[in-house]
Amino acid sequence: MARIVGGITTSHIPAIGNAIAKNLRDDPYWKPFFDGYPPVLEWLDRTQPDVAIVIYNDHGLNFFLDKMPTFSIGAAQEYRNADEGWGLTPLPPFRGAPELSWHLIEGLVAEEFDVTSCQEMLVDHGFAVPVSLLWPDRTTTAPEGQIRTIPVCVNTVQHPLPSPKRCYKLGQAIGRAVASFPEDLKVVVIGTGGLSHQLDGERAGFINKPFDLMCLEKIVDDPESLIDLSIHDLVREAGAQGAEFILWMAMRGALQGQVTKLHGNYHIPISNTAAGLLLLENAA
Amino acid sequence: MRQTPHAEQAPIPGTTIFDGRMAMKGYALNKMCFSFNEKANRDAFLQDEEGYMDRYGLNEEQKQAVRSRVVLAMIAAGGNIYYLAKLAGIFGLTVQDVGAQQTGMSVEDFKAMLVEAGRH
Repeated sequence: MARIVGGITTSHIPAIGNAIAKNLRDDPYWKPFFDGYPPVLEWLDRTQPDVAIVIYNDHGLNFFLDKMPTFSIGAAQEYRNADEGWGLTPLPPFRGAPELSWHLIEGLVAEEFDVTSCQEMLVDHGFAVPVSLLWPDRTTTAPEGQIRTIPVCVNTVQHPLPSPKRCYKLGQAIGRAVASFPEDLKVVVIGTGGLSHQLDGERAGFINKPFDLMCLEKIVDDPESLIDLSIHDLVREAGAQGAEFILWMAMRGALQGQVTKLHGNYHIPISNTAAGLLLLENAA
Repeated sequence: MRQTPHAEQAPIPGTTIFDGRMAMKGYALNKMCFSFNEKANRDAFLQDEEGYMDRYGLNEEQKQAVRSRVVLAMIAAGGNIYYLAKLAGIFGLTVQDVGAQQTGMSVEDFKAMLVEAGRH
C-alpha cells in the first residue's frame, strides 16, 4: 500500500527561483535561507519518496478570474512550467503520477471534496520553486529518474478562500486516499508558500514574526489549535498573502501518523517575505 | 460553520480584500495583465499602450491608473496584485519597488524595514 512518509513546508517566493538560476546560494543575502535545506535534502535522499503531492496556489499562470476553482488537482503525465511575465526562465516539464492522481480525485469526491480535475495544468513558481529547492538535481536527471509529482492547487487569489479548517480536512482526505492506494509507494506531501507577507496596499512589507513562530510551533504537535483561525484572522496577522498558510494546514492534515519534527528554519526577509521551512516525519 | 464575509468584519488598515466585488470591478484590468504572461502581448502593450488598453476594455479610472504607474490607484480600480505584478514586470519593477512605491518609502528604506522585521 502507499504511505505518506513525511511532510515538508517551504516558502515558494519567485526570487528563490532566480537565486537558484544564478547560483546565489553562498551570497550573504541568500545563505541563511539556503543553509536551511541540506538536512531536508539528506532526508529525501535517505527516504527516496516515489511521489510528491505539492499543495500550492496558482498566481495567474494557469487560472484566471474567468474560472477560479477552490481546489484543483493535476491528473496528467506531465506538467509544464511557462513564462509568468516577469523574468523567470521556464523549467523543463515535471513528471506526473496520473494513476495516483485519479485515485485521489475518486477518494476526495467520495468524501465530498468536489475538486476540479486537470489533465492539462501549467504550474507556476508556487509549485516549481519548492520542487527545485527539494530536488535540485531534477533538471539534470533523466525523466524516468525524476520525482513524480501531483499538483494540488488551492485558490488564494480571489476571496472567499477556503478556511484553514477546510484545508486541514482536505489534507486529511488526501491522507486517507493515499493510504488506500494499492501500489507500494512512498509519498511526501509538500505545503508551500508563506509565511507572513503582504505585497499590496499601504501595508505592503508587513511581516509578523511572533505569529509565524507560533504557527511553526503549533502546526507540529497541535495543528487543531489553528483550524479555527478565519481567513480574515490570517490576512490580519500574517498579511494578505500570508493567508497561504492554509496550504501548510492542508499538508499537515495529510499526516495522520506519529509526527516528529526533524528540522526547521525561519529567515526574514527573502524578498518581501518571512521564509519558513519544516521537515516532519510521519511514522505509521 | 459559516465564515463571516470580509465586508462584515473590521477593516484591516492598508489592505484591500480582493473579493467578488473587487474581482468584478477589476476584471478588464486584470484580464489585460493576465495576457502579459506572453511576451508578444508585453511587446504589443509597449508599442501601443492606449490601443492595448482599449482592446481589453479598461475604463477611464483603470487607464489613468496604468498611465500614472501608481500601484495603489490600480488596486483601487480593482487590480489584483498577482496580475499587476506582470504589468510591473514590463517596467522591470520588483516587488520591493512596488512595495516602496505603495508605502511612500525609498526602495532602500523599504528593504531595511523588511530586515528590521527579522530582529524582533
